[in-house]
Amino acid sequence: MIDELMNVEPFSLLKTDKERILARALLDLTAFHYDNCREYRSMLDALGFDPRGATGGCRDLPFLPVRLFKELTLKSVSDAEIFKTMTSSGTTGQATSRIFLDRATAGQQQKALVRIVASFLGTARLPMIIIDCPSSVRDRRMFSARGAAILGFSIFGNDKIYALDDDMNLDVKALAAFLAKHSGKRILLFGFTFMVWQHFCAKLKNLSGMADLSGGVLIHGGGWKKLAGQSVSPGVFKSELKAVCGIDHVHNYYGMVEQTGCVYMECEKGHLHASVFSDVITRRADLSVCDYGEAGIIEVVSALPKSYCGHVLLTEDEGVILGEDDCPCGRKGKYFKVLGRLKDAEIRGCSDAYAASF
Amino acid sequence: MTNLEKYSRAFAESFGISEGEAKTAKYQEVANWDSVGHMTLMAALEAAFDIMLDTEDIIDFGSFEKGKEILKKYDVEI
Repeated sequence: MIDELMNVEPFSLLKTDKERILARALLDLTAFHYDNCREYRSMLDALGFDPRGATGGCRDLPFLPVRLFKELTLKSVSDAEIFKTMTSSGTTGQATSRIFLDRATAGQQQKALVRIVASFLGTARLPMIIIDCPSSVRDRRMFSARGAAILGFSIFGNDKIYALDDDMNLDVKALAAFLAKHSGKRILLFGFTFMVWQHFCAKLKNLSGMADLSGGVLIHGGGWKKLAGQSVSPGVFKSELKAVCGIDHVHNYYGMVEQTGCVYMECEKGHLHASVFSDVITRRADLSVCDYGEAGIIEVVSALPKSYCGHVLLTEDEGVILGEDDCPCGRKGKYFKVLGRLKDAEIRGCSDAYAASF
Repeated sequence: MTNLEKYSRAFAESFGISEGEAKTAKYQEVANWDSVGHMTLMAALEAAFDIMLDTEDIIDFGSFEKGKEILKKYDVEI
């Protein structure tokens, strides 16, 4: 099933084909988790949902609140099969989600990420600037969401540097050496939204004339909350980066550690896109499904989580689905916008969790 | 140094194993051949043979033996 999805272009399926393939994959996953995760089974039993007799589409499947991964140990494989535990980027005192990966699931997540991102970047690897500090990937067994994202995206880079040192200062020397070598080429930059703004963009401003990144493509994610608080809109973010170092191509992405790999990338028209591996649904406060154009709670659906029951999750974000199959960028599938965190939801984007310490 | 020697050495140095152990190495079965180690190995091979691997090939590169096949595409005979 997953193989079928891996073999199609990630933004090529039209609504009916995609719904048919995804719904089947998701029902299989639901049955698998029902059989292999005791807690999940109890929840479905309590809801009166029997995956054997179920029909219908993705929107008819039971969803788990994403917060549950902070409270319960949810896994559908034996302890011996788990080789990596990922944690969300909570600040001190905040509970973190724990996601248990077996080899197969981790492999599929990396493959899906590559297919999705390659549709924006191409498969040629680019000289890469990681806008973070080297210590973010140091602990190999316990990955934070930040470390996992950096590693996942690193596959698109070669000749990589970290733009920040472990004290979050701009590593001017490394950056200058990198630019001396790659100036004028297409360059990939990756970082978390708040860090890009606070530790890269703001610092570059003081070094006027040094960094020409006009060939650069920046991919960033991890939440806008802190920047929205500073009245930095996506438009301001982009125009400031353009002014400071000439970057023209900026792609935000929406994703979470609970569904690693299934990122929703922002297209040239500023819309986030669901790939063939995933679906996005918005729900009203009474949990009924919103119409397109109507703001609601974002539910994310992914065909990838096999070692843990994170395939259908209700997030704590609010968003609006703008349309399906007809984005002017040409990509098929649903496209949407994230409006922000639900009121009273915990801070939990990577960038936001980090920013909360400031 | 032959290509086989260069190839084996890249594994040994990336994962801290002997060149003998390298010959049976598989992704995620050697302690340091995880996602971090994988990118270290890819960088070592690219430097050793002066090539740039494609993203799909990096993903498929799952063992010492599989890697030999992949490098053939880049005109590197091990």
